[in-house]
Amino acid sequence: MNDMTPTREQREAALEGMGCKRKRVEDIRFTQGKGNYVDDLKLPGMLFGDFVRSPYAHAKVTKIDATEALKLPGVIAVLTAEDLKGVNLAWMPTLAGDVQMVLADGKVLYQNQEVAFVVAENRYIADDAIQLVEVEYEELPVLVDPFKSMDADAPVLRPDLEGKTEGAHGPRKHHNHIFTWEVGDKDETSRAFAEADVTIKEMISYHRTHPSPLETCQCVASMDKVNGELTVWGTFQAPHVIRTVASLLSTIPEHKIHVIAPDIGGGFGNKVGAYPGYICSIVASIVTGVPIKWVEDRMENLSTTSFARDYHMTAEIAAKNDGTVTGLKVHVLADHGGFDACADPSKWPAGFFNIVTGSYDFPTAHLEVDGVYTNKAPGGVAYRCSFRVTEAAYCIERAMDILAQKLGMDPADLRIKNFVKPEQFPYQSALGWEYDSGDYHTAMHKAMDTIGYRELRAEQKAKQEAFRRGETREIMGIGVSFFTEIVGAGPSKNCDILGVAMFDSAEIRVHPTGSVISRMGTKSQGQGHETTWAQIIATEIGIPAADIMVEEGNTDTAPYGLGTYGSRSTPVAGAAIALAARKIRNKAQMIAAHMLEVSEYDLDWDIDGFQVKGNPQARKSMKEIAWAAYHAPPPGMEPGLEAVSYYDPPNMTYPFGAYFCVMDIDVDTGVAKTRRFYALDDCGTRINPMIIEGQVHGGLTEAFAIAMGQEIRYDEIGNVMGASFMDFFIPTAVETPHWETDHTVTPSPHHPIGAKGVGESPNVGGVPAFSNAVNDAFQFLGSTHIQMPHDAWRLWQAAKNLGAHG
Amino acid sequence: MSDIEQIPVTMTVNGKKVQRFVEPRTLLIHFLREDLNLTGPHIGCETSHCGACTVEMNGMSVKSCTLFAVQANAAELTTIEGMANADGTLSALQEGFRQMHGLQCGFCTPGMITRAHTLLQENPNPTEDEIRMGISGNLCRCTGYQNIVKAIQYAAAKLNGTDFQEAAE
Repeated sequence: MNDMTPTREQREAALEGMGCKRKRVEDIRFTQGKGNYVDDLKLPGMLFGDFVRSPYAHAKVTKIDATEALKLPGVIAVLTAEDLKGVNLAWMPTLAGDVQMVLADGKVLYQNQEVAFVVAENRYIADDAIQLVEVEYEELPVLVDPFKSMDADAPVLRPDLEGKTEGAHGPRKHHNHIFTWEVGDKDETSRAFAEADVTIKEMISYHRTHPSPLETCQCVASMDKVNGELTVWGTFQAPHVIRTVASLLSTIPEHKIHVIAPDIGGGFGNKVGAYPGYICSIVASIVTGVPIKWVEDRMENLSTTSFARDYHMTAEIAAKNDGTVTGLKVHVLADHGGFDACADPSKWPAGFFNIVTGSYDFPTAHLEVDGVYTNKAPGGVAYRCSFRVTEAAYCIERAMDILAQKLGMDPADLRIKNFVKPEQFPYQSALGWEYDSGDYHTAMHKAMDTIGYRELRAEQKAKQEAFRRGETREIMGIGVSFFTEIVGAGPSKNCDILGVAMFDSAEIRVHPTGSVISRMGTKSQGQGHETTWAQIIATEIGIPAADIMVEEGNTDTAPYGLGTYGSRSTPVAGAAIALAARKIRNKAQMIAAHMLEVSEYDLDWDIDGFQVKGNPQARKSMKEIAWAAYHAPPPGMEPGLEAVSYYDPPNMTYPFGAYFCVMDIDVDTGVAKTRRFYALDDCGTRINPMIIEGQVHGGLTEAFAIAMGQEIRYDEIGNVMGASFMDFFIPTAVETPHWETDHTVTPSPHHPIGAKGVGESPNVGGVPAFSNAVNDAFQFLGSTHIQMPHDAWRLWQAAKNLGAHG
Repeated sequence: MSDIEQIPVTMTVNGKKVQRFVEPRTLLIHFLREDLNLTGPHIGCETSHCGACTVEMNGMSVKSCTLFAVQANAAELTTIEGMANADGTLSALQEGFRQMHGLQCGFCTPGMITRAHTLLQENPNPTEDEIRMGISGNLCRCTGYQNIVKAIQYAAAKLNGTDFQEAAE
């Protein structure tokens, strides 16, 4: 060995594999403005589509007259529901088992609902034409309050469902009722409450908000009538699912539909579903024979495509005097808007809300969710969370604080007392999940020590006394949040979308020179898959990440997968990548054995190649093996070096974390200042710590926005308030707090590399941390629960109602 | 075709003189993206809030979604496409954004870098608070800004010839 031979450390570093803070490959194009987003696409002859939308939240549509619009030069067509009926597309199925109007079919159910689709030579003419389409409406009584949806005299929102007593998820008990979903043991839970020393009950609302990625939803549809092939470029988090749905709806064979998701400017759940814009663009392209581009504007995005949350959760906890919890009861009233377009796995009408027992060892629990219709936009997407897990985490974390208050216990101590213990994993929860791994105590103690929890409580006590003495007008809150997520949907035994099992996939091809192309069924929208997927492969097969190209989003070339949402990419596709890579390594071992003239069992894997046991000088690098795979494979072996893996996970993964928020609130202005925010995440094995921290920063910023002001609100006649960035709170760099991140590592025992997923944890854990800080601050003034969002106006009102203004 | 009168405009974009006829109502962002094929600047809100469309016009940051192309007549414009060094290498800001992980989905990045470029012309050595205020017209949904601030600090240090000390966490 001469001095030029790289050391093991140098060889390892050269791979830029797992655990390394590898700089992102995507950034080269993005920092130069060379990303390829949907709206950047220009095709010859391309036309633009745009919607005529309803100004009313509930009305009959009695007449649509496009005569004047069609006279405008440059206007090609105006599509209405009547036109779509000709191709059986006036309505489309939703992911939740409901149906949804593509264009208003006789009535509208929410403000800004799509009424007609104008096709014109450019965006400006399309916009002009919208003003010229005359629509006559007959207003109907508007239902905004979900608590009134099932009143006997509530207006009938969905005449199309008249007489249907059975919905996609069981019996319907009212004309505006969608489903009731029940989990757990009702009798046993009632017994726990009857025998409890202490109980609490609180109605905790998680308001309606919106994922609002900076790039809105958009597509270009192009029908090639000669070959009968349809190509759709779009902002799709799940391109393969979109292709399957497009095939089922259009009857164009799946192999003649090409769905391409280019670079996506953020998704956060907004870009999972299928929207009227996609359907109308496809139909318009079929009708006109030329490509059609549709680009949502921000107001359309916020008011129509996929709200999130809108859960009204009544939580009850039974406990002993010492703080041991003995039972949990939750009822949810779920406001789904005019159609149930929830993007959940098909069998889960309230997603995985039954993770609501959280990090605590509840011996028994009972959950009931009622979904109802209102005159609001449809949706119910997982805004940076696994299906309804944010709502569940908020519910239990708020409820635990309320219990601590009633018991006079410290909220952190109450949590620790009730944590699932390390030796209980795998842990069977009372509502049916098997938590894979966790060490909550270690994480919590590390977090409390780092932030100086006891000292902060002492400071808070002193401040409260100073406030009482009139020496300060500022109150201090310490928000504690310890969340357990459930991500990685999911095992085929219980997770599917429209019947397609929620596996994911990877294909890896090693070329003769030892460079690699790999493709997955997932689709990055900013998560950095091109960087991190290559890191997994680099570690598994010993080829530098720089020599590995990752490609996603083209259904022609990528293996079938269910896409990226619900923090499923790493738990599912990440596993498929590792397993496909291991198939390659296994074959490489046989080739190396042949090259070195030893038995494959006499070889050890060593970073980037195989070496003979006891003789490390006799080795073959993966680059040499790759060449041999194409040039001189062992006799009888197929040439080549590539593999495909379709991974059906045996279980979900359960990331967790301890978040602390320290906040000071001025009772006279209602202005809340976040003094410190500390987030400890345990997402199992960490693939790229830089990207993990970046995701935590971003998710916390979204959590901050949601908790402190971001809301899609409706007035009493169904006008959507907050449908522009003037009214819908997106924090700027000025308001956004400074984030402190930390971690523990508890690998998932069932995942090939032990990774659990992290992108959504900060949203799930962050919202309760902020809200608990606010509530904690007001507690000593006699408050039990203040509803979100906690903007300055509402906090000022809360202070006033509690008598803090004298 | 629309029968609206077309107006001639002339401007210098990324150092190159361009001449076109536009409708008076054509927004600058559409002119840049569709007439000049400069698709780096993006459209995120159409109401001047998000800053994804930020370009530099006569040394000032402007939001090209709320300016008409005719208002840029005779102006000097720089977009993200004009940000790299003359030899094609990444500028200090572009490099800073990559080194400090100042971007994720990349959609706000062109506007953010273009704004930061002008900010550093106005104030070559900004404090963290000045950076945060200076980019408050540009929204990012992915990063939480912390690493964007570091990216700009990195670039400022590099341009000033000083060492960049990453702020302790």
